[in-house]
Amino acid sequence: MNLYGVRAIYLFEMARTWRTLLQSLASPILSTSLYFVVFGAAIGSRMGEINGISYGAFIIPGLLMLSLLNESISNASFGIYFPKFSGTIYEILSAPVSSIEIVIGFVGAAATKSILLGLLILLTANLFVDYEIVHPLWMIFFLVLTAVTFSLFGFIIGLWADDFQKLQIIPMMVVMPLTFLGGAFYSIDMLPEPWQTVTLFNPVVYLISGFRWSFYGVADVNIIASIGMIFAFMFLCLTTIWWIFKTGYRLKN
Amino acid sequence: MEPIISIKDLNKKYDSGLKALNNVNLDIHRGEILALLGPNGAGKTTLISIICGIVTPSGGTVSVDGHDILTDFRGARAKIGLVPQELSTATFESVWDTMNFSRGLFGKPTNHALIEKILRDLSLWDKRDKRIMTLSGGMKRRVLIAKALSHEPKILFLDEPTAGVDVELRRDMWKMVQELRASGVTIILTTHYIEEAEEMADRIGVINKGEIIMVEDKDVLMDKLGKKQLSLTLQNPLDDLPAELSEYSLDLSNEGNMLIYTFDTQKEHTGISELLRQLDKLGIDFKDLHSSESSLEEIFVNLVRDES
Repeated sequence: MNLYGVRAIYLFEMARTWRTLLQSLASPILSTSLYFVVFGAAIGSRMGEINGISYGAFIIPGLLMLSLLNESISNASFGIYFPKFSGTIYEILSAPVSSIEIVIGFVGAAATKSILLGLLILLTANLFVDYEIVHPLWMIFFLVLTAVTFSLFGFIIGLWADDFQKLQIIPMMVVMPLTFLGGAFYSIDMLPEPWQTVTLFNPVVYLISGFRWSFYGVADVNIIASIGMIFAFMFLCLTTIWWIFKTGYRLKN
Repeated sequence: MEPIISIKDLNKKYDSGLKALNNVNLDIHRGEILALLGPNGAGKTTLISIICGIVTPSGGTVSVDGHDILTDFRGARAKIGLVPQELSTATFESVWDTMNFSRGLFGKPTNHALIEKILRDLSLWDKRDKRIMTLSGGMKRRVLIAKALSHEPKILFLDEPTAGVDVELRRDMWKMVQELRASGVTIILTTHYIEEAEEMADRIGVINKGEIIMVEDKDVLMDKLGKKQLSLTLQNPLDDLPAELSEYSLDLSNEGNMLIYTFDTQKEHTGISELLRQLDKLGIDFKDLHSSESSLEEIFVNLVRDES
């Protein structure tokens, strides 16, 4: 194991975070704060409780997930896409680092950044709404696992993308709608049939539901299903990455 | 002595169908400077990229200091420093950070003293805190060289290192190459500047259309393929070569004012004195004479032309 190599990639990526602090931390925190102000404080005060939770508090896990998914994907995808784009990838490919080490370095840094961001958003939310966390360890578990899984997913997008548009298209066209429709702002019980059933095919429903359960102890879907879903998606991402490095797809000629 | 790099039956066919390398066999000796010459698209960069792990070979084996580049890629790659042809540098990082990144990437612990020395040697020390994007092209080239040296490689690949580089940097670079060689580093360079290869290299490999046409000690190559010419500026122009001189390989040029005799340096007997005596006998006077040796450039052009 080339630990120095993993460390070099990790620190390189983290340095990028500190260099672009405004873009990487401040801007997602600001936008999440706006959601809290608009949906939590302004509109939320006119809405009834959902499952005994005030609306402002109810949307916290969903909003956190929304930022977490977006930032994990964009961090990890940009992290590996940019060296490909600028040509500096030659150095990583010619270095004595294995594909696993490359993934740990890049994905580890992206996930670290997302976790940090998630915790900061949680602190920020405290300024606008009161909330409690019933299962803090499970909350951390979901936070970390989601950050890692979606950083892996972002890493795949970054490897696959061969222009900037492709880099943006999956987060914008797939992840964003799935999150909005995944119960970030409502409980899926509130949907009429057949949408209640249709929505069960949206994997993000399981993430948000599980995450909300760790906060308030209530869930839309079975908690085991939520955990299973994350691991299934993580497994899928790992398999895809393994295939990419094995075949050299879009990395080596 | 065992070669430091041993290439056997190496093939590369790109997905596009382009056959970039065709059964390349090459041994690179420990501690030598090997210059790879070849026209654009000959396969020089593909060959280097395969050895360094950037391109996957379609067939054949490469072993670097006893480590196979595929099965023991860590051992092989740790030995190699690569200065790529393209100016691919990180954009926003500082020179200092990118140096430490490179060293770490190659599995070496931090060594600030060494990084400082490399930066000083390449006149980059003043620029260490500058973002790379703010540097000039020549400075970026220096950064690429510095990065390649950051992990103390035993083998250094320089792919067209002097393309678009000013005289000063070129001189610095060759000085550094000589020092590295003196310290035991094996250097493989590709270049378009043949006079550079002629000046620097111990051995020359010529590659064309994905095949190694020949690899020779530079001096042997020059001797073997080099031709000498004796040019005589005549007192009075000749219309035709006299029949008595037909046994010599002679050409008339400059409207009959110049007689050129081409001879083989390998032969014990060059035939110059006989020729001069013969000219005297025929009453052909000359006012000046000089002899010249063909340059590596001419040898190279001839080799590549013969192949195609």
